Amino acid sequence: MADEGRRVGIATQAAPRALRPDLASGRRRLPLAWLATLPFFAYTIAFLFVPAASVMIGAFQDKANHGTFSNIRLLFHHPYIDAYWGSIRISLITAVAGAVLGMFIAYAAIRGGTPRWIRSVLTTFSGVAANFGGIPLAFAWIATLGPLGVVTTWFRNAGWDITYQTPHFQISSERGIELAYMYFQLPLMILVIAPAIDGLKREWREAAANLGAKQWQFWRYVGIPVLMPSFLGAFILLFGNAFAAYATAYSLDNGINIVPILIGDYYTGNVLDNPHIAQALAFGMFVVLAVMMVIYIPLQRRAARWAK
Amino acid sequence: MKLRRPRMAPSAYVWLLLAAIYFVIPLYSTLDFSLKENKAGTPCCTLHNYGWVVHNGDFWHTIKISFLLALETIVISLVLFVPTIYWVHLKLPRLRPVIAFMALVPFVVPPIVMVVGLLRTFNGAPGWYYGTPWGFLATAYVILAFPYMFFSLDAGFRAIDVHTLTEASQSLGARWTTTLVRVILPNIRAAALAASFLTLAIVMGEFTIANLAAFHTFPIFLQYVNESQGFPAGALTLLSFAITWAAMLSLLLIGRKRGARGAVVPATR
Repeated sequence: MADEGRRVGIATQAAPRALRPDLASGRRRLPLAWLATLPFFAYTIAFLFVPAASVMIGAFQDKANHGTFSNIRLLFHHPYIDAYWGSIRISLITAVAGAVLGMFIAYAAIRGGTPRWIRSVLTTFSGVAANFGGIPLAFAWIATLGPLGVVTTWFRNAGWDITYQTPHFQISSERGIELAYMYFQLPLMILVIAPAIDGLKREWREAAANLGAKQWQFWRYVGIPVLMPSFLGAFILLFGNAFAAYATAYSLDNGINIVPILIGDYYTGNVLDNPHIAQALAFGMFVVLAVMMVIYIPLQRRAARWAK
Repeated sequence: MKLRRPRMAPSAYVWLLLAAIYFVIPLYSTLDFSLKENKAGTPCCTLHNYGWVVHNGDFWHTIKISFLLALETIVISLVLFVPTIYWVHLKLPRLRPVIAFMALVPFVVPPIVMVVGLLRTFNGAPGWYYGTPWGFLATAYVILAFPYMFFSLDAGFRAIDVHTLTEASQSLGARWTTTLVRVILPNIRAAALAASFLTLAIVMGEFTIANLAAFHTFPIFLQYVNESQGFPAGALTLLSFAITWAAMLSLLLIGRKRGARGAVVPATR
């Protein structure tokens, strides 16, 4: 176990001995200190790890709880495989768009010349907006671009009827859901990338300019390489964020074929069948997220290599 | 070279303006909806929809459930985390990365996956747990609050000298519980409050787990109204926004005042 006596700091050096009479009285350095963390670990195991393991086990069982691969095999067929593609498509599009646009917005707010209050308003707003998703967000979009929405009405008055002329632009379409997701993806990106943009020092820009670098050369050789590791990390976060989203999509169009909606249908009674299929679908979400991490880690390592 | 005050770049104007339009329009539309009469063709503006909300029994019922649920989640989380993080900072610094890892896991496990696991694991558990929001939902929400609780409290504990405070308290004869409640807790109050406000915002907006486990919380009621009556839903949505905003702004104010920092990352999708 850790010997706290080695910790630096005058104040702390005397502390462990004073607090631990057992140290003075003998060698009974039993791992008793661990016991105090037992409630936390017990809770985590009971309500996080056991349920997670239960999903993975359930994915490989049939109705009689015998082992089988049939649920997993089913995932590769319609409509399940399409749901995965739908989820991945929406997550990729909103993560790419959110990361790129979010970075431009964050940069516009942080760069020299922009008044400081704009930055504090933007980060405060992002802190809030990144946290309101789900049902209220969906309604806000229905009020905006739904059949009776405010913007829909503006467009209709201008001669463009979204609902009938261009149904793929409706808020309940896939494009519409992506537009709604951006409302929490952009703020999340702004929050995550702002510290990295702060790390782009003014001096580097001046140094590059003094050496005769043009604007694009600064970005190509300094700016983008410096931001890349944070950008990739933020991208993964955004992907996972959209991939896990359920409430917003449910409220905008509970018929859209994405994985969380399919899983939800098993429990809310629209489809009453084998619960192991829902567990297999959930297991598949783990796998997709794990694959993303496997792609991400070497990329991240490569991008961050120069930083050492 | 002459020094001049940097001016705002034109492209920065464009980006920020576009962002402002994108973020403001849905809020404006919601407000606009909430002020419309429930019949077509009547002009703006009426507070009828707000009256509908205030006089709706289900509204008060579900918002009470969600609020009490948030309080319960906060209490359980604090009881679980404050002593644990205190102890880890005091005696088991090597365990800190392990706790940090476990607190991060809920970020990787989507709530929709978590609820599938919880429903399977506790199917057949006693009714007082499985059948009530105070049991099943509260335990699930504590897990959702893990990352926020941990990072906020951990930052709070790092900002104080746990060893000296504990030593001083004990040399004056205080017991562990006294030290924890009367010495440590007041010193991490800002961090604990920040974590609590985040948890409040999460629980008041959580839909996924409540919907799959079939409990009637405030977001479920909101969705029901969304489906059935458009204009009152506008008033209700604004109210829900206001709750999130109030919680998050309190959090930011505390942070500014006391130097506490909370992780501000979403969990209510």
